[in-house]
Amino acid sequence: MIERRSFGRVSFLALNYIVLAVFALTCLFPILHMLAMSFSSNSAVTAGWVTIWPRGFNLSSYQYILDNPAFKSAFLVSVERVVLGVAISMLLTILAAYPLSKSNSRFRYRTAYSWFFVVTMIFNGGLIPTFMMVKQTGLMDSIWALIIPSAVNVFNIILMLNFFRTLPHELDESAMIDGAGNWRTLWSIYLPISKPSIATILLFSVILHWNSWFDGLIYMNSPSHYPLQTYLQTVIVSKSLDSMSTSDLSVLNSISDRTVMAAQLFVSILPILCIYPFLQRYFVQGLTLGSVKG
Amino acid sequence: MEALKRKKRGVSQTAFHIMLLPAVIIVIIYSYGPIAGLAIAFQDFLPANGWFGSKWIGFGNFEYLWHMPGVLQVLKNTFLIAIMKLVVGMVFPILMALLLNEVKSMVFKRSVQTIVYLPYFLSWVILSGILIDILSPSGGIINVFLGTLHIKPIYFLGDEHWFRFILIASHIWKEVGFDTIVYLAAILSIDKSLYEAAALDGAGHLKKVWHVTLPGMRPIIVLLSVLALGNILNAGFDQIFNLYSPQVYSSSDILDTFVYRIGMQQMQYGVATAVGLFKSVVSLILISVSYFMAYKIADYRIF
Repeated sequence: MIERRSFGRVSFLALNYIVLAVFALTCLFPILHMLAMSFSSNSAVTAGWVTIWPRGFNLSSYQYILDNPAFKSAFLVSVERVVLGVAISMLLTILAAYPLSKSNSRFRYRTAYSWFFVVTMIFNGGLIPTFMMVKQTGLMDSIWALIIPSAVNVFNIILMLNFFRTLPHELDESAMIDGAGNWRTLWSIYLPISKPSIATILLFSVILHWNSWFDGLIYMNSPSHYPLQTYLQTVIVSKSLDSMSTSDLSVLNSISDRTVMAAQLFVSILPILCIYPFLQRYFVQGLTLGSVKG
Repeated sequence: MEALKRKKRGVSQTAFHIMLLPAVIIVIIYSYGPIAGLAIAFQDFLPANGWFGSKWIGFGNFEYLWHMPGVLQVLKNTFLIAIMKLVVGMVFPILMALLLNEVKSMVFKRSVQTIVYLPYFLSWVILSGILIDILSPSGGIINVFLGTLHIKPIYFLGDEHWFRFILIASHIWKEVGFDTIVYLAAILSIDKSLYEAAALDGAGHLKKVWHVTLPGMRPIIVLLSVLALGNILNAGFDQIFNLYSPQVYSSSDILDTFVYRIGMQQMQYGVATAVGLFKSVVSLILISVSYFMAYKIADYRIF
């Protein structure tokens, strides 16, 4: 009896490892395939020889995109929006979270302000009115259109203020007794001990900015102002879909472009891969941050 | 003394207002401004005339929409795709978390988590670029593979039935890792002594999963599904927009893609805003109900 059960257990465990491994590899395969294609020769790709290992290894597609001014300028626009956007967004988040983390007796208008922000989480004007507003305020075709309208992330403010609330009251009080004002308390006491949660929000903010493509598409008039994701959207995704809508399937393949496309996609993934280890480390922290209740 | 105290409080409150000011200004302009701008839904809006110069037509835009062919299909697609994603997005990660929990080898567990979680951080532009290539009927790796089995190339993204399947499958690809980690954390927080007690009562592995692990996960399962209800009108704009084409509109055009085409491409601002207003109002109700339920059932509060 015991032996039979343990046999069942062993076969379950073996099966479990296989199922999980197959699933994980299925998730990874498309990305590896893309990477292999980017290092392969056009002829090998066209012939369908490339799976997850490059065939006809060469760097010409990377050479090509490095010489492509449109790709480079889009990459720089993305870097610019990440740096500016994240800095401004973090500043606003921290400044707003500090007063909102106070108790009602310390800050009388806390509830009113909180509702003011939370309403925007559950109700919004939608695409067209937001677009009109950005246009009205003269941000069209400027990098600020990608930064200002989305600068206040209420979800991040809530994460931050929930963290501030876990800090002991005594910190705040002793700072006040020592004569530190609110600005001083925030800057020299709250910020240094909030590094982990600031790092979490910062990383997620970087990802959000790096991955945004839709705002670039609707707010930028000239393609030279497109951030990288918008550029890729127009040269890879839209292009393929346009050609797909023609009934003649043989027209579809601009096959010689496939290695270049793979290289472009991979270069745009690269920055995320670089911060991925940190993302994983801080992710669990982010989760617990979100679950702290007031 | 009392006066001094009051004065001090007054000063500190000023600092609070100043700290909040920048965020408040941006929210007024870019969140409340567009909410006021929803008035466009009741106008025959012409950009040249602006908000104040355009003609008011009451519910004209809504009537126009009501008689527009295909609108009901769009609504149906939105609900259907969102619900399929919700169910699959619930079952898959729970299953994954349960299976991963049985794994003893930390290295294996870590590796699987690391791999499965990666697509979550890539944008739909990137993932669509990859999908369009590997699913291509001419030369895409999937069809090359099917070819070796003597199966004719399948036009996955151009076929209305296959397209929905691809939507769900790629949704799993991108999102499953995130929720799996959430559920795994929930499993890890279950009191170990419960398992020992179950073992004493003679429970086998399956029984332990059924009577200890799943009940232990219930609060977080309930919470996530209730919160997901508020998203039922968001069937995934980024994903569909980057994958679809006119051939598959019949099965995959959703409210958000519809608004984009009507508004940004055909410049029918009033009509598009009317759809947007409809969506915002329904979402408001759904989100309020889901938050209220989450509060009642799981004592969940956003702050």
